[in-house]
Amino acid sequence: MAEVVLTGINKWYDGHVHAVKDVNLHAQDREFMVFVGPSGCGKTTTLRMIAGLEEISSGEIRIGERVVNDLPPMDRDIAMVFQNYALYPHKSVYANMAFGLQMRKFAKDEIEKRVQAAAEILGIQSLLERKPRQLSGGQRQRVALGRAIVRHPQLFLFDEPLSNLDAKLRVQMRVELKRLHERLETTAIYVTHDQVEAMTLGDRVVVMKDGVVQQVGEPMELYSRPANRFVAGFIGSPAMNFAEVTIVASGGGLWAETAGIRIKVPPARTDGLRPLTGKRATLGMRPEALRLANGADPAEYVFDATVDVVEPLGSEILLNMTAGTNALVARVDPAVIVKMHDRVRLTLDPARLHFFDHTTEAAI
Amino acid sequence: MVIERRWKKWFYFYIPLAVFIVFTLFPFYWMGVTAFRPDPELYRSWRAANATPFWTLDPTIEHFQGLLASTEFLQWLWNTMLIATVSTLISLICGMFAGYALARLRFRGSEFLGTAIFITYLVPQTLLFIPLADIIRNMHLGNTPWALMLTYPTFLIPFCTWLLMGYFKTIPRELEECARIDGATRFGAMVRIIFPVAVPGILSAGIFAFTLSWNEFIYALVFLSSVDQKTVPVGVVSELIRGDTFFWGQLMAGALLGSVPVALAYSFFVEYYVAGLTGSVKG
Repeated sequence: MAEVVLTGINKWYDGHVHAVKDVNLHAQDREFMVFVGPSGCGKTTTLRMIAGLEEISSGEIRIGERVVNDLPPMDRDIAMVFQNYALYPHKSVYANMAFGLQMRKFAKDEIEKRVQAAAEILGIQSLLERKPRQLSGGQRQRVALGRAIVRHPQLFLFDEPLSNLDAKLRVQMRVELKRLHERLETTAIYVTHDQVEAMTLGDRVVVMKDGVVQQVGEPMELYSRPANRFVAGFIGSPAMNFAEVTIVASGGGLWAETAGIRIKVPPARTDGLRPLTGKRATLGMRPEALRLANGADPAEYVFDATVDVVEPLGSEILLNMTAGTNALVARVDPAVIVKMHDRVRLTLDPARLHFFDHTTEAAI
Repeated sequence: MVIERRWKKWFYFYIPLAVFIVFTLFPFYWMGVTAFRPDPELYRSWRAANATPFWTLDPTIEHFQGLLASTEFLQWLWNTMLIATVSTLISLICGMFAGYALARLRFRGSEFLGTAIFITYLVPQTLLFIPLADIIRNMHLGNTPWALMLTYPTFLIPFCTWLLMGYFKTIPRELEECARIDGATRFGAMVRIIFPVAVPGILSAGIFAFTLSWNEFIYALVFLSSVDQKTVPVGVVSELIRGDTFFWGQLMAGALLGSVPVALAYSFFVEYYVAGLTGSVKG
């Protein structure tokens, strides 16, 4: 039970690689916080600094009441689950789970009680005598989780724990992890490169890129109000469509124009975009904000596109299209019947348009 | 089709394998046959009508009896065993810590140190024994087992360090990171997790080191002089070749007995030994 506070954290490797840049974060007590970003974005380094496995170049990390900058990993009262599980190959499942308690000089019957309790939660009672190499990937994952929870630590750290599992098992373990967190009520920090994992698991998600925190927020907040173009493109699958447009004043309103697309800036957004009149901006459209137009749709939000590829997924259809020079993906109802090379009329939900500054890429 | 494949397997696999086995094992066979061959047969001409160079019709243990009666072979065996065991233990302990440090710790000059240790291994023993002889004399260790117990590590430690460094590098870093989070110090994680996981590597380094010191000749020849201090390789050669007289039967009997402990050591640990050389840790 503890909050985790990172203040002005920096990490330099060998004096010239700036891996983590001035990170400030505050994970609440019992929160499930997820770090997400492309590989090399500094998320794992940040996690390892919290664990004490990497030194902090500057800044302060606090877990609960204690500043832990100079504490060795063993004294931070944390547990960590690694991507490759890191089970001790020469020890049985039971001994793997008991190791942390033995190192902390727990009484034998207390160890027994805790290991049995954890094994029951995770459904691995029948595996306790086995060696790690006799287990499947999913079972190893459970043992690694069990080893973490027997200690009742203040904080759980997860370093991409599901990425070695096959797709089906990953989805299943994701749900179990969430349930486990509800049950244990312990603060958790979770690193992943998979935005779906981040969105489904996190109470709040931290999006990182190039060692810089891009945005911190609840999953739906990141999705509907991304702080910049990177977050907008990273969160959501298929990714948001972007088009480089020019803002033009015409007929008392503002219009976003590019080859093949000319749509009106919604009145609610005109104040923010007026300073950019005559300049370039990036228009963002979620695939699910696009749909095929019918006669009743207002003309200022309608444009034409050519279908390149149709991807029927069952519950939905993804249409890969070209409008002028812009490649677009739309997620449409499976009842829609279109073929490759069809010419279609598209419309969009004006309330779900995003605009980004062309140079700073910040949301407008 | 099937026939052709079988023919190919014979041609590319079984026949070369058979040639190889005969080539490597024939000296051992020759040693064995000679050790049990009575003297009249040993000195019979190859062109004699009743010559049987590849086997013996009249095996005898007189060479073994002679070896034990006329030389201090058992004392040599004990000396060799003691020296090989102690120098292997010293080298393994140093090699484990040094190998771990070079594989895991990042410190200034660690790469240079690794290379430097390797280079010492490349210095030929035939050169190194000259300064070492001086040191041994100054420390008054000449003609004692310590002369070898302390000089064998000069080539065994670099060897063990490099072999174990390579092995430690194949062990996932996360294992000891996890142990350190679980409550172990770095030293504790090394002793409780890394060393047990590295047992195949440690055993194969140990077997190699043991064999190298068991067979070592030059240092043993130079640093030991009295008969009762000698090791098997030196003792057999110096006591059983007198002038230009070769006591072939006793020489081969000594060689046969001397190679038994090493052969036993290999056969006991052969599985670990292979795993150690191929270096794989399955989690």
